[in-house]
Amino acid sequence: MLSNTTFNLDRVLHDLKHYLPSQTPLKDFIHHNSLHAFQHMKFYDAIFKASEIFGYQATLPLDDFRKLYHIGRIREDILNRLLDEKFGKDNSELWKEKLLHHNYSTQQEPRINQLRAYWKKDRHIDLDNEVQPLLFRILSSYLDQGIAIHKFPLHEEGFLASIKLLESTSSSSFFKTKKVKQLLFEKSLTIEFLLERIVGNSNFYTQYLFDQQFSHRGWSGMVATLESRPDSLLDQRSISLQDLILFELLIELDVLTYRLGASFKPLCTTLELAPIDLFAPIVYSERHEVIKLWQDAFEWSYYDEMLAGIAKNITTKRTNTKEVKAHSFQALFCIDERECSLRTHVERTDTLAETFGCPGFFGVEFYFQAEHAKFYDKLCPAPVTPKYLIKEYNVSEKRKHDLFYSDKTHEMATGFLSALTFGFWAGFRLIKNLIQPKMAPAISNAFAHMNEQGKLTIENKHLDDIENGLQIGFTVSEMTQRVEALLRGIGLLSNFAPIIYVVAHGSSSANNPHHGAHDCGACSGRPGSVNARVFAAMANHHEVRNQLVERGIEIPEKTQFVGALHDTAADEIEFYDVADLNSENRTRHQQNEITFDKALDLNAKERSRRFASIDTKADLKTIRKAIKDRSVSLFEPRPELGHGTNTLCIVGSRQLSKGVFLDRRAFLNSYNVETDREGKFLTGVMAPLGPVCGGINLEYYFSRVDNYKLGAGTKLPHNVVGLFGVANSSDGDLRPGLPWQMIEVHDPVRLLIIVEHFPDVILKAIQSTPAMYEWYINEWVHLISINPDTHAMCYFKEGEFIPYQPIAKVVHAYRDVFTLIEESKEMETNHIVHATQENLPVYLYEEA
Amino acid sequence: MIAQFLPLFLGIPLSIFILCLLFPSTKEKLIASIAIWGTALQTILLLGYTIYWLTKARSVVDLKYFVFYKEADIEIFLDFYFDHITATFSLLGSFVTFLVLIFSKYYLHRDSGFKRFFSTVMLFFFAYNMTVFAGNFETLFIGWEFLGITSFLLISFYRDRYLPVKNSLKTISLYRLGDMCLILALWSTHHLWHKNITFLQLNNTEEVIKHIAEHPTAVTFLLLMLVVASVIKSGQFPFSSWVPRAMEGPTTSSAVFYGSLAIHIGAFLLLRTYTYWHPVALIQYVIISIGVLSALIASMIARVQSTVKTQIAYASVAQIGLIFIEIALGWHTLALVHCCGNALLRTYQLLVSPSVLGYKIHDQVFNFKPNNPKTSTPLSATWLNTMYMLSLKEWNMDMYLKKFLWMPFKKIGYLFSWMAHPIVMIAGFILLLPGFFLLRSTTLFNETVLSEIHILFAFIGMLFVLVAFTEKQNAIRGWLLIILSQSYVVLSIALLNDQYEYMEIALYVAGLLLAALLGILVLQQLKHKQTELHLNTFHGYLHEFPQHGFLFLIACLAFVGLPFTPTFIGLDLMYTHIDHEEYVLVSMITISFLVLELSVLRIYARLFLGPGKTKDTPIAYRSS
Repeated sequence: MLSNTTFNLDRVLHDLKHYLPSQTPLKDFIHHNSLHAFQHMKFYDAIFKASEIFGYQATLPLDDFRKLYHIGRIREDILNRLLDEKFGKDNSELWKEKLLHHNYSTQQEPRINQLRAYWKKDRHIDLDNEVQPLLFRILSSYLDQGIAIHKFPLHEEGFLASIKLLESTSSSSFFKTKKVKQLLFEKSLTIEFLLERIVGNSNFYTQYLFDQQFSHRGWSGMVATLESRPDSLLDQRSISLQDLILFELLIELDVLTYRLGASFKPLCTTLELAPIDLFAPIVYSERHEVIKLWQDAFEWSYYDEMLAGIAKNITTKRTNTKEVKAHSFQALFCIDERECSLRTHVERTDTLAETFGCPGFFGVEFYFQAEHAKFYDKLCPAPVTPKYLIKEYNVSEKRKHDLFYSDKTHEMATGFLSALTFGFWAGFRLIKNLIQPKMAPAISNAFAHMNEQGKLTIENKHLDDIENGLQIGFTVSEMTQRVEALLRGIGLLSNFAPIIYVVAHGSSSANNPHHGAHDCGACSGRPGSVNARVFAAMANHHEVRNQLVERGIEIPEKTQFVGALHDTAADEIEFYDVADLNSENRTRHQQNEITFDKALDLNAKERSRRFASIDTKADLKTIRKAIKDRSVSLFEPRPELGHGTNTLCIVGSRQLSKGVFLDRRAFLNSYNVETDREGKFLTGVMAPLGPVCGGINLEYYFSRVDNYKLGAGTKLPHNVVGLFGVANSSDGDLRPGLPWQMIEVHDPVRLLIIVEHFPDVILKAIQSTPAMYEWYINEWVHLISINPDTHAMCYFKEGEFIPYQPIAKVVHAYRDVFTLIEESKEMETNHIVHATQENLPVYLYEEA
Repeated sequence: MIAQFLPLFLGIPLSIFILCLLFPSTKEKLIASIAIWGTALQTILLLGYTIYWLTKARSVVDLKYFVFYKEADIEIFLDFYFDHITATFSLLGSFVTFLVLIFSKYYLHRDSGFKRFFSTVMLFFFAYNMTVFAGNFETLFIGWEFLGITSFLLISFYRDRYLPVKNSLKTISLYRLGDMCLILALWSTHHLWHKNITFLQLNNTEEVIKHIAEHPTAVTFLLLMLVVASVIKSGQFPFSSWVPRAMEGPTTSSAVFYGSLAIHIGAFLLLRTYTYWHPVALIQYVIISIGVLSALIASMIARVQSTVKTQIAYASVAQIGLIFIEIALGWHTLALVHCCGNALLRTYQLLVSPSVLGYKIHDQVFNFKPNNPKTSTPLSATWLNTMYMLSLKEWNMDMYLKKFLWMPFKKIGYLFSWMAHPIVMIAGFILLLPGFFLLRSTTLFNETVLSEIHILFAFIGMLFVLVAFTEKQNAIRGWLLIILSQSYVVLSIALLNDQYEYMEIALYVAGLLLAALLGILVLQQLKHKQTELHLNTFHGYLHEFPQHGFLFLIACLAFVGLPFTPTFIGLDLMYTHIDHEEYVLVSMITISFLVLELSVLRIYARLFLGPGKTKDTPIAYRSS
């Protein structure tokens, strides 16, 4: 098939960019589906195919599924039901036997790198060994953002021009042979020419280039990403995948010429092989079927229990619901599953409080420029391109420095002085940090993203106020539009409390290159403090309030919005512009601050059960301090567990989930079906769920099942490369994905989205765009609808909703969640069988 | 009296190491506590001892502790020594180890190699103390060897990936070269002094000067060997490229090894033997030149590094270059302070190296200056860019080492690969018999014939091990080649000596034989399990057969004479039996021993380390 087609470089480049990892430099960590390139296929087809092409391990190993079954984590009734449904009662025993005991043969070699392996097999040359260390070092030096002191001499025309500049002005050379070096300067040099010389047969070119680029997918992916998004580096570089391939082929040719002589025969002229079509359909085997069943059984073992819990919760609620007339305060949180426990504790601490969940940029999209900053930070979901700029001013605090990171310590003379002075100080510093960890300039501090004392340019003064094509601030009508959209989305249209908190989140951590992955995903991997403050200011704006009244939303004059930031690692909270509160609200706020503080204590306790170094039964303040210390400890590779264990997303009223022990596993998006029975706002509410929540879930899924290839491996040996990535040691490939310490507690199951609405309305909403529908129809996430009137559950499968009846019978009820937390077992090792035991079953608790 | 305490400072680390081994790997807290409290105890006792020493004695403390072996003029014994250099290095060592262990307790939490890490670091700690407390070359050599092997184990800590394994082999190869230099120095001192000299005796300036005057060339050679050993261990020019590549283990182990302790051991050796080499002007010049070159070149390389750990590695190497100069100039207090300062600074910088990303990006947001190429004259641009490119290529150190150091061995191995043919090997084993016969009846031949025969045997032994070094087809064959080679080497030395004591050969062979048999046993068992035993790639069998892997490692270490088997003493003794004019013989035997360890560890690494192939579990990319 492939052999009949002629080699088309543009198409190969396009395909390569599609399949290579698309992680941006680490300063902005945006979660996404690691197999995004396969998203047009059904989930299982995609993972099996990706696995066969690239050798990824796409689910848990078969043995682990069996172990999970034996400890009861995969439920027998669920497995039986699945088998009955699929094969009928008669055949299900046979299949069960296969699932439990049959031995399946080893996976075959992946399709990738079959061709290029012949350099070693046939010519006894370890090409990767000879090319990669040099290539990686050149790439990292060229892209370096500020580690090297003596920098790469840049040429404005980009990578190849810079290499030429360096080669032409230096008496040394990257090349070992003169002939190949001269090729570099030839104007007519093309990739095809080099392939002709190295591979020799155009039928193999595509396969060769895939083999070559996937032998270092981290670097190639970074180059491809920088080509399409050069602005993801502060100090921008111009480089393209085409440049990289051309240069890599040149070095290969150089090594081959040097080792085999100038007249060596191209690889494919001596081999009797047929080219492999990497993307040809795969042959399904029984093993695939077995794995698929296990994965489904694993997922439904949890989903079913959760749905049973929710169903029971609703029936209990229906009998005894008291409508709260006057709320003490209301608080908007991010939908992030780490906020779900804090919301519960706030509600339990103050039963008159009400909480809501919505994506953490609070519907206000803009770039932010901190005072004196030379760059803008994007503060909204990654796919959105904002037209607005918010600038910070009136900041008096100066940024602190840390001499230990100074370049000077690495130079000869200044290094000598540093060793004699700082050297001994370093010893003290280390002891101090071990005994008493404290915030320091080198620790990423969520609260430092924006200065609390500073002011923001929120309102647009004049339409001509434009900087670099961005409008400074929002006009009144733009503000009104955003405030209205958010309030309608979450269904907060009446019954306003005197204070409404807008709580964003961020995360502080020390010694952690992946800190961005813990910040708010809806704010492009940054803390959402500015968004919270901007939204609060908009909603407090007098003119905006007036315009809102015109649109049917009447917020009492005494109601005030207050922005805040919750640090999910340290469990600290900071409120903004409290001075603007009226005197009554200020008193109320003082009371509420105590509520928040108590809730944070409890939240810290709930989190502490997963941290071996903290005694969950200890006094609340001790736990809280231990939690805070983690976020500033240099030696702590798990300042928090991030999105680990996420599996659920509930779109609907808080009443659905209030009372169910969610174990910080659920994204909670508030939505009031009563104010939107036709689902006008549902599409908007559901649009980000796939890319944001689904993206997070799938990145955790793939990093968990194959931490070596799709994840970043353990973070302990990581070496920071050029300030944009991490690699192992000095000669390693870049490691995209999540490190082991972030995913070890995660159960690799897909996201279950539960929406409280009528099936036909939901169907219309998800079918509004093909990109959105793809998530559901291709089963990258599961979808359940709960009928707002009958509370009947329907499961979305193959394009339609089918009724679903949970089979889990016993859902334990606990009066006190904390006994449960204190009694829960700590995992023995981080093997899935132990790790998953720590993930508690579903419980109901009685509301105090 | 004060000397009696010295063995305590080795006993504590050794006990911690053994205790750590005793508990199962799930007992994280227990293992960590033993290690942390043990090193804390060591630090406190050392501090107390040092203060006591400072107030009371202040003179060198020396203790002849334990005699391994004694005959006529040969006496092999453990000797401990304490002076201001020992005090500085041992205090620095236990303080840094203590801090890093606390750090690691949290940092390595739930790592599958938690126990392995702690026990290896404790073994390292023992080896480090053995080295700094050593009172003679033999004792120092024991510590030195263990330092090398623990380095190997910690660099290949993530042994299911390709790069750590490759780089651990690269590092141990150079370390081994240093070991052999030390062995040669040991051999020379023995012959030149006609006794096993202690460091205390080297303090006798008069005698040392007299001794140098007697054998100027031989002593210069010996001292050069000591310098080479130091240069390799401290990663000085031209042996620097292993240092950044050794940063494969967890950040904490990189910090303790290559940031601070292990890398300063070269400087320690120079300080320790200062009284010996100081009178020889040439050696002083050599050390100063190497120091200057290393400081200049390593700091140029550090300047172009774009990854944080390699930058710290080269910056550290550059400082040690300066330390070498300080030592040669006799500024020892400065050198000691410099060692401590540099060690602490680099340890800290390595430990916080992951923070660099957040800190510097933040810094860049506020203080970014676009990279404006300075308008410079073409000449200075050429100079700058040439330096840039040379430094980026690490001054081709790696390439030259490969080309001029390792390739010649490999080439000889390939040239004689026909010796791996079964028939040749069988012939080789059969030919050993007349060798033994010769041994029994040395009187039959006259001296010249005999000396030619033993050279021939040593040569054959060397060839066999070089062939083993390049063996690719079969691990068992490789192992047999190594045994064959060792048999020839032993015979060769045995033949040489007319008053050969059977006790010595027995000591050496006993250890060797056991190790050889154990190795064969493990390999045979693996073969029965239908695994592939070729040496073309890394198989990673440790994942499937952890016990086999462990036993084979023990066999390998015993085989190369790591000082926990009698082989070590045998090795030492055998060298003393080589006359000091036998340069041809000694170089062939040294090459054999050098390549022996490399071949043995290569077989271990190829079979048991690297990415595994078990089905259904994720396998690392080669490039990761």
